[in-house]
Amino acid sequence: MMADRRPAHDPAFAALLEDSAEDLYDNAPCGYLSTLLDGRIAKINSTLLTWLGADRHDLVGHTYFSDLLTVGGKLYYETHFGPLLRMQGEVNGIALELKTATGTRLPVLISSALKYGGHGQPLLIRTTIFDARDRRAYETELLRARHTAEREHARLQRITATLQKTLLPPQLPTVPGLELAASYHIASPDEVGGDFYDVYPQGPGQWGLFLGDVCGKGADAAVVTSVARYTIRAAAVHNPDPHSVLTTLDTVINEHSRPEAPYLTITAGLIRPADDGTADITLASGGHPSALLLRANGTADYIPTPGGQLIGILPRTHITTANLHLEHGDTLLLYTDGLTDAHTDGDRRYGNNALLALARQLAPASPQATVAALDEIIEGFGEGVEDDVALLAIGVPKR
Amino acid sequence: MSPMDVRQRHNVTITGRAEGPTVVLAHGFGCDQNLWRLVTPILAPGHRVVLFDHIGSGRSDTTTWSAERYATLDAYAEDVRELCHDLDSGPVILVGHSVSASIAVLAAVAEPELFAGLVLLAPSPRFIDDPATGYRGGFTADDIDELLASLDSNYLGWSATMAPVIMGNPDRPELGEELTNSFCRTDPAIAQVFARATFLADNRDDLAGVTVPTLVAECAYDAIAPRDVGAFVHAHINGSQLITLDATGHCPQLSAPEATAEAITAFTTTLTG
Repeated sequence: MMADRRPAHDPAFAALLEDSAEDLYDNAPCGYLSTLLDGRIAKINSTLLTWLGADRHDLVGHTYFSDLLTVGGKLYYETHFGPLLRMQGEVNGIALELKTATGTRLPVLISSALKYGGHGQPLLIRTTIFDARDRRAYETELLRARHTAEREHARLQRITATLQKTLLPPQLPTVPGLELAASYHIASPDEVGGDFYDVYPQGPGQWGLFLGDVCGKGADAAVVTSVARYTIRAAAVHNPDPHSVLTTLDTVINEHSRPEAPYLTITAGLIRPADDGTADITLASGGHPSALLLRANGTADYIPTPGGQLIGILPRTHITTANLHLEHGDTLLLYTDGLTDAHTDGDRRYGNNALLALARQLAPASPQATVAALDEIIEGFGEGVEDDVALLAIGVPKR
Repeated sequence: MSPMDVRQRHNVTITGRAEGPTVVLAHGFGCDQNLWRLVTPILAPGHRVVLFDHIGSGRSDTTTWSAERYATLDAYAEDVRELCHDLDSGPVILVGHSVSASIAVLAAVAEPELFAGLVLLAPSPRFIDDPATGYRGGFTADDIDELLASLDSNYLGWSATMAPVIMGNPDRPELGEELTNSFCRTDPAIAQVFARATFLADNRDDLAGVTVPTLVAECAYDAIAPRDVGAFVHAHINGSQLITLDATGHCPQLSAPEATAEAITAFTTTLTG
């Protein structure tokens, strides 16, 4: 039979079209309900009665719409649905559950609209109810997935925080005759950053120190950071000279890593407190931003280490060294470029000039005061800080 | 915190007769100051009407909301007191709807000198039944869990793209058209915390501490705060008056705005002479 070719004047087809509005109302594939403004049920269609397993006479005129809802749903209806309906005249697609005569619950989606009289006064509430069992099952899955994702995210942040901690010294050592201060700013709690630092004893009367920055973030960066930390400590036992330490590090990182693995920049140093309370420092730099010296006399300058190259990427990298003398009241600051690359407003970055200007403003300043001032600046950048920032300051106390 | 901050944080709007008695209208759980839109014009000719949103609701500054601080009603009561100090208008008449009736009680117990009187509209000092004392709040603890689930399943009614509009941060003007559908929408995470603070609260013992003149205005047919509860509040606040509004539902401001405004006006008249 080819029903679609039947002419429209075919009597059987016309009979189909004469589907009465009343029959459509009563047997529509959704529930219809009209209530008075106080919520009392005035009219209800057969579909909804069937879903509820209820008798028309038991409901019409006696029962309130909210009586059909579960208690929690009733609370939601009274505190959200009802007020919203009164204020905007309609409410769409709210998920609720109906109580059926047998005590089961029917998940539904409800839309309501006010019917107004000739003078704009509200007369009654018309409500359409859709069976939402399948949809609710699907949404429950979505919610479950969302809750799982939220839990996993929290777990990721815990693991990240733990891993980050293992890459930094739990606390700086006490170095007789020197002051130390450090801080670490995490840009994202979701990823392990690649900044690291440490200060450690290097035989009698000498201390080693380093501050570095592995390019990238996450697990790959954490692996290289870990390798770098332990390589430096081992290399320094063999030969404490910072140039030698970084050369060994470069060799190990080159051999250790796959070609696409992260490289790093680093400043390593060897510090020797002198008898008069001052100190000598040898710095070696592998492509790392220049250290800043804040002097007791109120001046401040970068300590240039030009030409130092990245560690772990070239066949034989070039490392530059600098020697300096710390007088009483001098402070040497090492930092990672998360600080100078931070966005201060829109596209502008903080930059080397602003950092130098700040250092000149601060000097003379103790390591603690220097790090505290920078901490405050970094806090002020807020989300402008895109990368982790590590700060390490070493100073000779004022006389 | 400067006065401007308090008013911005709570999206305070002040209307009505500037020299009239000050009436502060505090909305309950589920909506915001829009809930008073039918009552405000009736009160305005005779009162200075102050409307605000609790932090986390409506167009309040949600950046100052935290789950820890707003886990109990005390924080809301502190906010109300701070707001009343800021109004600097002498003692005010505080109208608290539903959970805000409890918030009003807490504020008035802590600093009675701020208030000339309280109107507790559809109050409930405890929504959950307490079989040990025979108190009937109307709900079981399971019912409240079900409400929290309802909030969760209507998670999807909240869309992240609407958030900036609702939060009064309209740097996306193209979304302005949708504002008509945004009354009373709240971030579901915030709604969960406010729901817990509201429906798990028990402020029955605080009622006896109220020393300012108080009107208890209950609804004749209230699915959330049954008549027993109105009688309980009336019995436990010394010298309070009780009035039963001919209203159905829990929001008489919407279902019977004239009767609600009339009750408030009659009460303020007795206070101000």
